[in-house]
Amino acid sequence: MRKTYRGHPLWFAYLLHRVSGLALALFLPAHFYLLSLALTAPERLDYFLNFAENPLVKIAEFGLVFGLAVHMFGGLRLLALEWLPWSANQKTLAASAVAVSFLISGTFFLQAI
Amino acid sequence: MTLLEDTKYLEVEIWRGDAAGGEFQSFQVPAYESQTILDVVSWVQQNTDPGLTYRYACRVGMCGSCAMMVNGTPRWTCRTHVKKVADGDRLRVAPLRNLPIIKDLATDMDPFFDKWVAAEGKHHPSKSREDQIEQIDPENSARVEANSGIECINCSVCYAACDTVAGNPDYLGPAALQRAWTLYNDARDAKKQVILDAVSGTGGCHNCHSQGSCTVHCPNELNPMKAIAGLKRETAISFLRKAR
Ligand code: SF4
Ligand code: SF4
Ligand code: FES
Repeated sequence: MRKTYRGHPLWFAYLLHRVSGLALALFLPAHFYLLSLALTAPERLDYFLNFAENPLVKIAEFGLVFGLAVHMFGGLRLLALEWLPWSANQKTLAASAVAVSFLISGTFFLQAI
Repeated sequence: MTLLEDTKYLEVEIWRGDAAGGEFQSFQVPAYESQTILDVVSWVQQNTDPGLTYRYACRVGMCGSCAMMVNGTPRWTCRTHVKKVADGDRLRVAPLRNLPIIKDLATDMDPFFDKWVAAEGKHHPSKSREDQIEQIDPENSARVEANSGIECINCSVCYAACDTVAGNPDYLGPAALQRAWTLYNDARDAKKQVILDAVSGTGGCHNCHSQGSCTVHCPNELNPMKAIAGLKRETAISFLRKAR
């Protein structure tokens, strides 16, 4: 890739925060719709729960948990950046948010399979 | 131009044109030891095309007039060495991003400076000439904060690096906001609330996404992202105080 003014860690942190936020916004309506099936059409919910045992879905769930975690920890970093006294190690904090999210989603994945 | 056999040349593309549009033009420039980007541009203007338009004054990183896009990144060209940024022997020099182009490499910096004024980045005196000079304690934490921004040379490198400026032409931008933060922390400034009001409008500090491109690229290693975080905090606190 050609080097530009964008290729630095905090810019990637910004990108990750945006993309994960967007993905969660798209996911949540589907999630709530499926949950509502428990009340309206339990047999269809069962069908989806069966479908969720599919390994590919497990991998997708890993991505989902990662997205959720990285959006949460990234968001906490931004809240701290804006509300708490300044800390100079923003790159480390952003990298830690990614690392912790990976740990959580990895653990989740190992539990799931 | 005849190329000399035993000389190494740089392949330089320079953007030519004006507000209506333009394109890159190729030049071959002899490579020298310790050559800066500004040296390369000057060489072209002095030896190949006297019509090439660009801007500089001090050549030592003081005046802030020589910034351009070099291989896609905004830089102060007088203190950027070719060997640090060239892609092999290739250089691509363009006018600074996010500013209107006048001609070739010279941009119109009016919007940049207008925003300094719009952000109340000007001194609001608290004393007259009759008064005693204010004693400033250099250790005071507000003073330390103010000091951290005063080396800004108005080069607009941060402004060119900021994606928020690109997306919102009204956004005051990193340099103007950092100036506002410096004055906000200056004991001699009399209009703190005026500053906070100026930086919390539609184009104000809350637009900033904390990407930190400003801080990464500022040639003087200043930290506008930190200054803007300070403004966000102080404007929010002042808003909450008013709401009570
Ligand atoms: S941190 Fe804010 S001001 Fe700096 S480049 Fe990013 S959006 Fe622009
Ligand atoms: S903050 Fe840095 S990059 Fe921005 S105008 Fe000042 S010196 Fe230039
Ligand atoms: S010419 Fe003055 S800062 Fe580069």
